[in-house]
Amino acid sequence: MKEFFSKYIALRKHNAQVAIKKAKRSKMCYAFLAPYAILFTLFFIAPVVISIFFSFTYYNVLESPRFLGVQNYVSLILEDDIFLQAIKNTFMIAIITGPLGYIMSFLFAWLINELPRWVRSIAVIIFYAPSIAGNCYVIFSVFFRGDAYGHVNALLMKLGIIDAPILWFINPTYMLPICMVVILWMSLGTGFLSFVAGLQGVDRSQFEAGYMDGIKNRWQELWYITLPNMKPMLLFGAIMAITQAFNVCDVTMQLCGYPSTDYAARTIATHLFDYGSTRFEMGYACAIATILFLMMYLCNKAIQSLLRRVGT
Amino acid sequence: MSKKNKETVEKVYHKKLIKRRKPNRSIAGDIALYIFLALVAFVMFFPIIFAVSNALKPLDELFRFPPKILAQNPTFDNFADLFVTMGKSWVTFSRYLFNTVFMTAAGTAGHLIIASMAAFVLAKYDFPGGGAFFKLVTIAIMFTGYVTVIPNYLIINALGMVDTYWAIIIPAFASPMGLFLMKQFMEGLPTSLIEAAKIDGANEWRVFSNIVMPNVKPAWMTLIIFSVQGLWNNRATTFIYSEEKKTLPFAMQQIQAGGIARTGQGAAVLVVLMVVPIAIFIFSESQILETMASSGLKD
Repeated sequence: MKEFFSKYIALRKHNAQVAIKKAKRSKMCYAFLAPYAILFTLFFIAPVVISIFFSFTYYNVLESPRFLGVQNYVSLILEDDIFLQAIKNTFMIAIITGPLGYIMSFLFAWLINELPRWVRSIAVIIFYAPSIAGNCYVIFSVFFRGDAYGHVNALLMKLGIIDAPILWFINPTYMLPICMVVILWMSLGTGFLSFVAGLQGVDRSQFEAGYMDGIKNRWQELWYITLPNMKPMLLFGAIMAITQAFNVCDVTMQLCGYPSTDYAARTIATHLFDYGSTRFEMGYACAIATILFLMMYLCNKAIQSLLRRVGT
Repeated sequence: MSKKNKETVEKVYHKKLIKRRKPNRSIAGDIALYIFLALVAFVMFFPIIFAVSNALKPLDELFRFPPKILAQNPTFDNFADLFVTMGKSWVTFSRYLFNTVFMTAAGTAGHLIIASMAAFVLAKYDFPGGGAFFKLVTIAIMFTGYVTVIPNYLIINALGMVDTYWAIIIPAFASPMGLFLMKQFMEGLPTSLIEAAKIDGANEWRVFSNIVMPNVKPAWMTLIIFSVQGLWNNRATTFIYSEEKKTLPFAMQQIQAGGIARTGQGAAVLVVLMVVPIAIFIFSESQILETMASSGLKD
């Protein structure tokens, strides 16, 4: 055992020495990397570290932070009913819009892949436009306006299905479903572009070999040839889908109001915004952020290991 | 002569596309597919058309019952109103517009240069720490604004940048998405190109600015569109308090909160906000798709 350790340490020492030597020779690389690395550390790495640190304290910006231990997490999970509601809503949204949006992105990218070139580029613009159009989803608040001037209400009243306008964004029954529709509408984003581009790059000769080997229809072609070739894009698209699904906040806040009736449209990100930007309980807000980040990270790990099995 | 050549080449390609149907496809299936795609495309695009038509409606049409989808007497009054009525307010509409344009342009330019420099060494050189750093960047794609907003505020405050344009511009330089796409694309560049330049006596900076950057132009557009998308929609209310430094999306919220009289202007701002990213995307679509082809994550 002792021998093993001493050998292990010697090996490590050697590796470190090699690395240092290499590092000394590639000073230029570090010089090029430095501006980005400094800013990246400052605005992306440091915030996560600080966030984890503050999540164990009580901190309200004015006073210096007071150490609390895991108190914040305990009260989040055991005492904060609204947070549980937020977790429930976030999971509802993530479970429905995440996979559905991901599958939609791939499905449409795949379907438009065989169209002639100019039709395809128009189709890409049309499908991608909603996710890039920024605040355009606000237009849904005109569709679903609570009074008789709203288009959906007007249509339903004309058809005689309802006789009084429905308050779409004030009635908790309708809030989440409508938000999900809006999120799905915007879900053909970066992942979709990656899929479109990736599908174009699949080697044609593989398909021809497939015909020789007796692939009968497009579904078999999809499973045996296209999907295995698309694995790197699928992994990338998964990250984008998870990020989108868990960070829902703007859509619900702008459409359903903040705070929404009965907290029916509150998500984890809204809760975080509430404690961080309105109540200034930074320690508590950081605990929420840490939980949200952990959830996204674990979900990403799980999906990546799942996707590695695709088509094998 | 060369132009003519090109045309004939394209024609041959075109013919082939029609001729070479895949053997395992049925015509009925293809037609069903086209109809399905057309329907979905209509549903996807409808809200955007509606947003534009709403902005063209005069005020009385916005409140007609039953409401019409398309404007009957389209006018540009709402857009003019943005500058006329908001022109008299304390902070004019054009000022909000300038703020957003300035932040977007500055943030995007800096991001393009800094991220490309880092991407260049990460893609083309092997040095200790490079791989680990890139892994961190791929994880950081998941950090969106809300997870890091509080510590970010503390950091920006410590740097003394609160309530300046820098509070928005500098963090945008380090956006991980741009570095990720740029690095993936640069890996496709032949290493021999760089080596040849080095033998000719160019130093690293020359290689980067004169050889690498002109060769990755498609990736520029991609970085630009992602950066613009993030900055153009930035409400920036967390970091900026002075009214005269606030952004267009913030102005939109204010206008929409202004009640019934401002409905038309609200619809017009929405279109202004929406048009810019979509226009950039339309002009640069083929370049962006070229870059995205290398966006995959390898194990």
